[in-house]
Amino acid sequence: MIAGARVAAQIAVMTLILAAVAVLTDWPRYHQIPAQSAIIKLSFTHGSNRQAECRKRTAEELAKLPPNMRKPLECPRGRGPVYVELDMDGRTIYRASLPPSGISGDGPSRVYQRFVVPAGLHAVAARMRDTARTEGFDYVKSGEIALAAGDNFVVDFSAAAQGFVFR
Amino acid sequence: MRPLLRTGFEYVERGADRIFQPQLNPLVQLGALGFFLFWIVAVSGIYLFIFFDTGVVGAYTSVEAMTHTQWFAGGVMRSFHRYASDLMVVVLAVHMLREFALDRYRGVHWFSWFTGVPIIWMLYASGITGYWLVWDMLAQYVAVVSTELLDWLPIFGEPIARNFLAPSSLNDRFFTLLVFMHIAIPLILLFIMWVHILRISRPKVNPPRGLAIVMLVALVAVSLWKPAVSQGPADLSKVPTNVGLDWFYLPLYPLTDLWSHGAVWALLGGFTLMLAMLPWLPPFRRPKAAVVELAHCNGCGRCVEDCPYEAVRLVTRTDERPFLQQAQVDWALCASCGICVGACPSSTPFRRTAGLKTGIDLPDFPLRTLCERTESTAAALTGPGRVLIFACKHGAGAGRASDTVEVPCVAMLPPSLIDYVISRDLADGVVVAGCAERACYHRLGGAWTKQRFARERDPYLRTRVPRERLTTIWASPTEQHGFAKALADFTTAIATLPPNRPVAIDRLTTSAIETPELSEEVVP
Repeated sequence: MIAGARVAAQIAVMTLILAAVAVLTDWPRYHQIPAQSAIIKLSFTHGSNRQAECRKRTAEELAKLPPNMRKPLECPRGRGPVYVELDMDGRTIYRASLPPSGISGDGPSRVYQRFVVPAGLHAVAARMRDTARTEGFDYVKSGEIALAAGDNFVVDFSAAAQGFVFR
Repeated sequence: MRPLLRTGFEYVERGADRIFQPQLNPLVQLGALGFFLFWIVAVSGIYLFIFFDTGVVGAYTSVEAMTHTQWFAGGVMRSFHRYASDLMVVVLAVHMLREFALDRYRGVHWFSWFTGVPIIWMLYASGITGYWLVWDMLAQYVAVVSTELLDWLPIFGEPIARNFLAPSSLNDRFFTLLVFMHIAIPLILLFIMWVHILRISRPKVNPPRGLAIVMLVALVAVSLWKPAVSQGPADLSKVPTNVGLDWFYLPLYPLTDLWSHGAVWALLGGFTLMLAMLPWLPPFRRPKAAVVELAHCNGCGRCVEDCPYEAVRLVTRTDERPFLQQAQVDWALCASCGICVGACPSSTPFRRTAGLKTGIDLPDFPLRTLCERTESTAAALTGPGRVLIFACKHGAGAGRASDTVEVPCVAMLPPSLIDYVISRDLADGVVVAGCAERACYHRLGGAWTKQRFARERDPYLRTRVPRERLTTIWASPTEQHGFAKALADFTTAIATLPPNRPVAIDRLTTSAIETPELSEEVVP
């Protein structure tokens, strides 16, 4: 093969390889969710109340502690779980007791859940319990939402807003 | 599986040989191409960074601006940046598969293999963070899925995927962090690439100029034909339902929709662990490392120069002999290729010391055995064209019949052995059959052999050796047809030559060699 033809062949082969690479950088396309679907995300970080109230240490207990640690109140760090439910169109699609995070169990509970739902009108209700109570809920929010295809609807919780936030 | 893979590579490499010629064959320049592509990505990345705006809105608009308003520069640079980094993934995958197929992942090769594993992770981390920066719909998909995956690990206090919950969740500083990561991770990648080649003697970090130019021309052509573009601005209130995935960097992302995140991590962790452990999995085959015979070593350093694995070094003399240094073999690095034996000036069959010792030798296949096998094989040759073959065990000549002496690498042959065969009339002609010219199994054996025969590298082939009685055939195991033809042609040519005239010599019986570097001058 003469030099010019050889170089042309080399460039052609290399271009073909690179063209194949270039094509595979965005093809075939990927459809994350079916057509006419949307996503509802339930996500928040929220700490429940402390598991026990602070209590006053007795004089004997204080005496046993090193002088620099003699705080009159003992406040347990541990938090209880956060209980949460999410309903859609009258059906509970998520229900969980979310444990506190952290080695000492004193961090906030967290949740991040994704639900693929059909586009259209939906009745959504979120409920949460973050106290020691076993019945009923501390926070409830419900409403009707209209989801277009490809919408990303978020059910969040804001302590500042004192409840669930739909956005 | 490995032999099948190796045969497959052989055929593809032979095809590439025809187009690129052995010296430009990209399949044997994969490591160097990896470095070359890294520099293309780095230079194009620096250019793009000049025009990049690290903000939620600015990221997308600035990339769009450089793509369209300066398509001839920024657009091409962006395509260079993307396609070169994608090609790096291809090069890495093929490089890894080829080294596995050639059984170059364990024994002395373990270090390069093992340090190659974090390169995979760093390369992917570099590419994935790069996709985030564009902040188009693909970036949104990549960001959300990546953070959801990362949140499965018990690392972050608050789920980082919450940064992408809604448009209001994201702020400009997040992009500042991303830019920092996209610069820092490639720097770590480069550092590991440097560590990766630390134990390789004369590593190739630059491809041949011709190949580099061909690749650059091809990159320009593809960048103009299919410029890298964005896929519409990200919108966190919407789901990026239809994205063009980069299947080199993101092939596992769709898996997160089918499997749990824990299962995806298990797959990644298991695959990484398997790759990392591969060098220590059975079967274990490792010949003994070369050993130095101090009585025959004057510390000339030729073995150090020629070792492809940096397994030999010079250290301060430990015996009474009047030399400053001596060779020392690091057994952990020695591949037992025997190239050091061929380089040692003491390795000459003309110097028949007691037991034919040399300065550095292979315990499993010493020079003495090589010489004895040469003599016995030559003795069985008959006919007018007696051709003795020295064959590399990784080449086309391996596993032949009674006319062949098999060696770990043809560079194990001291040139004086060729001289010995011809001058003693042990054969009428000698064939040195190495492995494929494009890629010596022991990296430098083919090059050293050619240079020694051409009298460009010590130890030289003596001028008195009639070159018409010596030939080299470079062929892989799949090139049997070409090998057989070259051998037949040479045998025919040898048969037509006048009878070989042996040189009358007396064997030396020196028990100690004081000046081994003069070995070729000892014989009359």
